Amino acid sequence: MNEAEPLVRWDWIQSHLGLFGDLTVEHLKLSLLPVLLGLVVAVPLGVLCVRWGWLYPPVLTIANILYAVPSLALFLVLLDFTGLTIWTVVIPLTLYTLSVLVPNVVDGLRQVPDSTRQAAIAMGYTPLRRLLAVELPIAVPVIMAGVRVATVANISLVSVGALIGIGGLGRLFKDGFDLQFTTPVFAGIVLIIALAVVFDFALVLLQRLLTPWAAR
Amino acid sequence: MNAGWAWLTDAANWSGADGIPVRLAEHVGYTLLVLAVSLLIGLPLGLLIAHAGPRWAFAVINTANGARALPTLGLLVLIFLLSTGSSVAALIPLVVLAVPPILINVYEGVRQVEPQVRDAARGMGMTGRQVLLRVELPIATPLILLGVRTAAVQVVATATVAAYINLGGLGGYIMDGILLREYGEAVGGSVLVVLLAIAVQGIFTLLTRLVTPRGLRKDTTS
Repeated sequence: MNEAEPLVRWDWIQSHLGLFGDLTVEHLKLSLLPVLLGLVVAVPLGVLCVRWGWLYPPVLTIANILYAVPSLALFLVLLDFTGLTIWTVVIPLTLYTLSVLVPNVVDGLRQVPDSTRQAAIAMGYTPLRRLLAVELPIAVPVIMAGVRVATVANISLVSVGALIGIGGLGRLFKDGFDLQFTTPVFAGIVLIIALAVVFDFALVLLQRLLTPWAAR
Repeated sequence: MNAGWAWLTDAANWSGADGIPVRLAEHVGYTLLVLAVSLLIGLPLGLLIAHAGPRWAFAVINTANGARALPTLGLLVLIFLLSTGSSVAALIPLVVLAVPPILINVYEGVRQVEPQVRDAARGMGMTGRQVLLRVELPIATPLILLGVRTAAVQVVATATVAAYINLGGLGGYIMDGILLREYGEAVGGSVLVVLLAIAVQGIFTLLTRLVTPRGLRKDTTS
């Protein structure tokens, strides 16, 4: 790196705003789609694990193992099957999201007070309606804690995908390394943190909307 | 996957300065060093904020959570460029990654100690230090170990990325594999990292069972 080179060259940032926009859109698609897919799978899976207790230990073990797999390794293994499509990144991140969400769904449902469940039964709620109208809403704060962790982690993890060519804002890191140029790296880090903060805040707001009864 | 198997079972990859045992030792070495540094930061800081009152705790915990948003690859490249190629600098992003889970679990672990238990210890004449060392820390141990386990698994998995700036370790196989389009080498390296991460989880499960005070042991499978 040249001694006279500043940490950030603002003129370079100004001339690349279009690129930042495109990469941000790709980044969000790659990191939020796995959260949605993860929720769609984790909620029913968690419900089943609470219903049949014997199912939970093996599911938890698999979740722990998935959590331990480096995302880069999964990207590579999948590259063979899915090629250079977003699925090469979306599938591993969905699995990672699952490993965070399933335990939270189970913990959330298990902490529903038994008296509340009994009251719902006494009021004539069918099991399905009890689940949707009573148990899941009470579990929302615990589930949401998992969603927040997964969302923030995904937004930061996606960038590693740049090493195989699909990584949204992570491309700025690769470009910066190849060109020995700090400006894109700096811009990428700032944008990723900003996205994480914005979406974490949005999830907090969403939780407040979903649990209007909670004490503030 | 077959190419990965062929690479893993090729005897030539198991010896020499670039062989699997050497790279594995590097990887384990980095992980242990990062965990040690992270514990030195996270443990005292977590104990401090657990006793410092809710306002401090709120600020530190939120900062720690925010640190999870830092993209390791970006930090790695930035520090590498700024330090003009020092490889020790690559360990900094890994510490940034490992401190939050340790810090948060130490805090949660100490905070979940019931006030009556703490009062009882004081009533028995224990000093503040004795309460911390003989009551609070033992009760918090399972949660603290869970935090260290999370940190360890993340460091093992993420240290692969550090190979991008030539830190070596098992990630080196993955990076070389991507760069040279040697698919078998990349997959083989990935499999080794996965096995190491699973081994780390196993070790921590055992450790948790060993150091949890007898009165706190539950006969559950979690």
